Amino acid sequence: MCGIVGLYLKNSKLQPKLGAMFKPMIIEMTNRGPDSAGVAIYRNPVRKNEVKFSLAHDSADYDWKKVDTGLERALKCEATIRKIGNHCILVTNAKEDAVLGWLKQNHPAVRVVGSGHTIEIFKETGLPENVYDKFDLASAKGTHIIGHTRMATESAVTTAGSHPFATGADLCLVHNGSLSNHNRLRENLRREGMEFQTENDTEVAAAYMTWKLRNGATLKQAMEDGLRDLDGFFTFLVGTADGFAVVRDPIACKHAVMAETDDWVAMATEWRAIAHLPGSETARTWEPEPEKVYTWGGHA
Amino acid sequence: MSEIDLKKEGVTGVNQRLYKLPKDSNERHWVIRNPMGQHAIACGLDAPLTVEIQGHVGFYCGGMNKHADIIVHGHAGVGVAENMMSGTVWVKGNASESAGATANGGLLVIDGDASSRCGISMKGVDIVVGGSIGHMSAFMAQRGNLVVCGDAGDALGDSIYEARLYVKGKVASLGADCIEKEMRAEHLEDLAKLLERAKRNDRPQDFRRYGSARKLYNFNVDHADAY
Repeated sequence: MCGIVGLYLKNSKLQPKLGAMFKPMIIEMTNRGPDSAGVAIYRNPVRKNEVKFSLAHDSADYDWKKVDTGLERALKCEATIRKIGNHCILVTNAKEDAVLGWLKQNHPAVRVVGSGHTIEIFKETGLPENVYDKFDLASAKGTHIIGHTRMATESAVTTAGSHPFATGADLCLVHNGSLSNHNRLRENLRREGMEFQTENDTEVAAAYMTWKLRNGATLKQAMEDGLRDLDGFFTFLVGTADGFAVVRDPIACKHAVMAETDDWVAMATEWRAIAHLPGSETARTWEPEPEKVYTWGGHA
Repeated sequence: MSEIDLKKEGVTGVNQRLYKLPKDSNERHWVIRNPMGQHAIACGLDAPLTVEIQGHVGFYCGGMNKHADIIVHGHAGVGVAENMMSGTVWVKGNASESAGATANGGLLVIDGDASSRCGISMKGVDIVVGGSIGHMSAFMAQRGNLVVCGDAGDALGDSIYEARLYVKGKVASLGADCIEKEMRAEHLEDLAKLLERAKRNDRPQDFRRYGSARKLYNFNVDHADAY
């Protein structure tokens, strides 16, 4: 099962309402995935010389202050934190690799769930509505947002196993389906320097896309190459700093529907999630074709 | 004409009202508002009602239908009219995967496009699609007619039994044991009736007919590669 939902705003006037528009969409997908939920939102881009990290810890009262003061002292940089639920958004002008290394050594229980310039990721076990409220997303402003509701089949119900998966560079990916060649691909990507936090198949797909983008591919090219190199059942929804893309495997096993108006583009596993958006009844509605890459933005 | 608001009554509430109508009821014309893409709307009807749904529906709309005429003024999700026995399901927009799957009888009309696996394992239903259909359509189709006024995707009619397929546009590829067949007078006549029932203006002579080569009915080791 699992439900995936995404909303990309074409009309910038709607940006203050992004979180509110998305809430009923992800809640509608609760019975496709009641085990955990995750959201990636693209908002508040940081300066060019800064990096934004989404960090998570199992304990809700983790002392995040230690992270930013420790980081500032160790790397002689500036760092600010913003605690949201059991997650924390860290913004710093230190180098990304240095921060990751320092975190690993000094705060090994802190998980990096996303990084880049605009992306923020929140994910947690529990019902989508509870997760959404916990991270105060209904009032969130932004340009685009991607969500996932998970019914775990392939690995345990944990926060680490929740989607979206992000492996850096503002990219995140949500997945409905399962991959069959992820072990081999993970090994190949490790040799290319990609790091993994889980044994999850979707994380491999996210790392693959990040690796492609880092090597200069456009979002569309990365998705097209993915069709060749990833084996299994999948409907992927991918977000980047300024882009949004959808692709389905050649047999199109997993449901997907898309709708577009002058104001927004939406993708969901089932149309009932899109039904809540203003103008959905008259939106251009279609089912994405197998092996066809659909992109908006992202230097496509 | 009676109206039901699905947002207020929910899918179960709506369907229960339609099931509980006495057999001789005069309330035969129903309009369902705010379907909101919900699943299993107007499923399992067993009476000669006319049910108009004002909006897009989710999965399995009109499934198992017997006797009723169901009209969807919008798009339909996966498995519209699956296992229909008789009556009509008419989708004014597009339909998602597996439209008319395993349906035994009745007429399914989709004015727009249908997606993959349209008419999969159909067992006697007549399906008319105004637009195009996706891959693996009429897979293991056993009986009935599938009429496509647009194009058909890959592997049309794979492992087909006795269903008849009529396609006006291009066929991306035929599935195992599916071949083009001669269009004889009786087929043109049948097709004309089907198009008329679906209120289509297309000309029967513009279509081509496909069906089973009947080579995979029984296992034959010489055909092992075709399975």
